[in-house]
Amino acid sequence: MKKDKNKKSPSYAKWGYIFVASFFVVYLLFTFIPQVLTIYDSFFDYSDIVGTLENIVNFCGFKNYKMLFSVNMRGDIELLRCLGNTIIIWVIGAIPQMLFGLLLALIFTSTKLRLKGQGFFKTVFYMPNLIMAAAFASLILALFGTIGPFHTLFVENGWIAQTFDFISDKTWARILIAFMNFLMWFGNTTILLMAGIQGIDDSVFESAKIDGASSSHVLWDITLPLLKPISVYVLVTSMIGGLQMFDVAQVLTGKAKNNSTRTIVMLINDYLVNGNYGHAGAVSVILFIITAALSIFVFKSINRKGDEK
Amino acid sequence: MNKAIGNKVITDFKKENRKAITKFVILKTLSYIFLCFVAVMCIFFFYLLLVNTTKDNNALQGGKLSLTLSEFFNQNLRNLFTKFKTDFDALKGFRASFVIAFGSALLTCYFSALTAYGIYAYDFKGKKLMEVFILAIMMIPTQLASVGFFQLASQYSLKNRWWLLILPSIAAPSIFFYMIQYLRATLPKDLIESSRIDGSNEFMTFNRIVIPIMKPAIAVQMIFSFVGSWNNLYMPSLLLSDTNKKTLPVMINALQHTSWGNIDLGCVYMAIFLSILPVIIVYLFLSKFIIKGVTAGSIKG
Repeated sequence: MKKDKNKKSPSYAKWGYIFVASFFVVYLLFTFIPQVLTIYDSFFDYSDIVGTLENIVNFCGFKNYKMLFSVNMRGDIELLRCLGNTIIIWVIGAIPQMLFGLLLALIFTSTKLRLKGQGFFKTVFYMPNLIMAAAFASLILALFGTIGPFHTLFVENGWIAQTFDFISDKTWARILIAFMNFLMWFGNTTILLMAGIQGIDDSVFESAKIDGASSSHVLWDITLPLLKPISVYVLVTSMIGGLQMFDVAQVLTGKAKNNSTRTIVMLINDYLVNGNYGHAGAVSVILFIITAALSIFVFKSINRKGDEK
Repeated sequence: MNKAIGNKVITDFKKENRKAITKFVILKTLSYIFLCFVAVMCIFFFYLLLVNTTKDNNALQGGKLSLTLSEFFNQNLRNLFTKFKTDFDALKGFRASFVIAFGSALLTCYFSALTAYGIYAYDFKGKKLMEVFILAIMMIPTQLASVGFFQLASQYSLKNRWWLLILPSIAAPSIFFYMIQYLRATLPKDLIESSRIDGSNEFMTFNRIVIPIMKPAIAVQMIFSFVGSWNNLYMPSLLLSDTNKKTLPVMINALQHTSWGNIDLGCVYMAIFLSILPVIIVYLFLSKFIIKGVTAGSIKG
C-alpha cells in the first residue's frame, strides 16, 4: 500500500522537505547553535574578562563545574544552595497542589454528588494559571512588603515586629513563592486528573457496584491505583517546570537578595547579566542533565503504561 | 411474632436509609464549602488588587487591609499615563507586549501546522526520524539555549530587537506535536489527493483546505502561545534593556527596583491591574474552550 502510493506520487516528496524546512532552519539558528555554544562556553574561563574589554577566553576544562561545587565566601556551595532552594520551594507548593488537585478532581467527577455550578468553579480555579506571574508576584510584594496592608495587619496584632520583613525572611519568602506556585498550578492539576478519572473504563466501576463494593472501597482500591500513572506524569512534569522556576521568585525577592529563595535559573540569570558565560553555561548544562533524567523517567513510565494496555 | 420481626427489619432499613441520606447531605455540603473556600482563595488577591486600584496613594502607604472600594480609580488611571510614565510607560509596554505576543502566536501556529502537515501528508526519507527528533528536543529546557542566545545577541548587537523574540517561535516542538495529532485525527489523506486532482498546488492545498480544517487546533494554540508570550519574563528581561522596547513583565520587574516608599502605589496597582486585564477578559469569554484545550494538549493517547 505504502509503496503503491510512492509510485503514484514520487514528485511530492520534495514538498515534504520544503514544508518542514522552516522549522529545522529556525531551530538550528535560534536554538541548536545557542545550545552548543552554551555547552562550549561552560568549558571556558570568562571570570577574568568580566568587566573588561578583553574578549579572549581560555579553555579551562571542568574548572567552572568545580567552582560551582566549591564553598564560596558566604560559606555555602552556590549551586547546591540554589538547587536546594528550588526543590524546597517546589515541594512546599507541590504537596497542596497535588492534594487539592486530587480532591477537586474526585469531587467534580463524582457521579453521586452531581454538584451544580461546576463550570463556574472550574473557570475560577484555572484562572490563576493564565495570570502573568510577574504581575502576581509584584502584587504579593506590594501587599506583603513593609508598607503593605498585610504587614500593617500583622504588626497591629503583635504577630511580628515593626522591623520584620516577609520578603527577606527565609521561611515566609519561601512560603509566599510556594503559595503562588500552588495557586497558579492546582487548577491545571485538577483538570489533568479529572481527565485521568474520566479515562477509566466505566465497566470497572459498574462491576465494582454489582459486587457491592462501598464507595470508599472503590476510591482506595480502584480509582486511586488507576490514577497512579497520570499522577506520576503530573508530578514529574510539575517538577521539571519547578526546576525552571524564575519569574515569581525573581520579582518577589530578587531585589531583596534573599539567599533562601534564589533559584537555579536566577543563578544563571545573575551570571549572564554579569557576562560570565562560563559559569552560566555550566549551571545550564547541569540543569539540562537533571531535566533530561526526569524526562526519560516520565517517558518510560508512560510507555510502560502503554505496554500494560 | 413474625410480624414484629418484619417491622423491626423495616425500621432498621429506614434507619439505615436515613443515615445514608444524612451522610450524603453532609458530604455534599462539605464539598460545596470546600469549593467555595478554594474559589475565594483564587479570587481574594485579585479582588484586593482591584480594591487597591481605587485607593489614593496616601491610603495605601502603610494603610490597613480593607475590602471596600474607594473612588480614586480614575485618578490612578490618569496618573499612570501622565506622572507615572517615567517609571512605567504603559502604552509602550502594551505595544511591545502585543507585537511580540501576537507575532509569536501567529508564527508558531502557522509554522507548526505547516511542519506537522509536511510530515503527515508526504512520504519522504527521514520523516520518522524527524518526528522522533522533534519529540526528543521537546524535553530540553529553554535555559540551555538562553546562555548562547544571549551571548550571540550581545555579540551581534541584536539586543532590543523584537524580532529576535518573535522569530524563534517558528520552531515550537510541543505545538508541532499537538498539530500533528490533530491532523492524524481529523484530516483524511484522500482529501489532499482530491484537491490535487482539482488542480490545487501544494501550498494552496495547505492554505485553503488544511488551515480551515485545523482552525480549532490553531485557535487553542493561538491563545496558549499568546498568553505564554504575554506573561514571559525570562528572555525579554535579558534582551530588552531599552525603555522604549520593554514588554509589560519586564517593566513590572523593573518597578521593584525603585524604592516603594517614594512611589505612587495607586499607580503600581493600576499598572499590575492593566497588565493582567487583557488575558482575564479573553479568558472570561473563552474559558470553556481554553479549559478543554488544557487536557487535549497534555495527554497523548
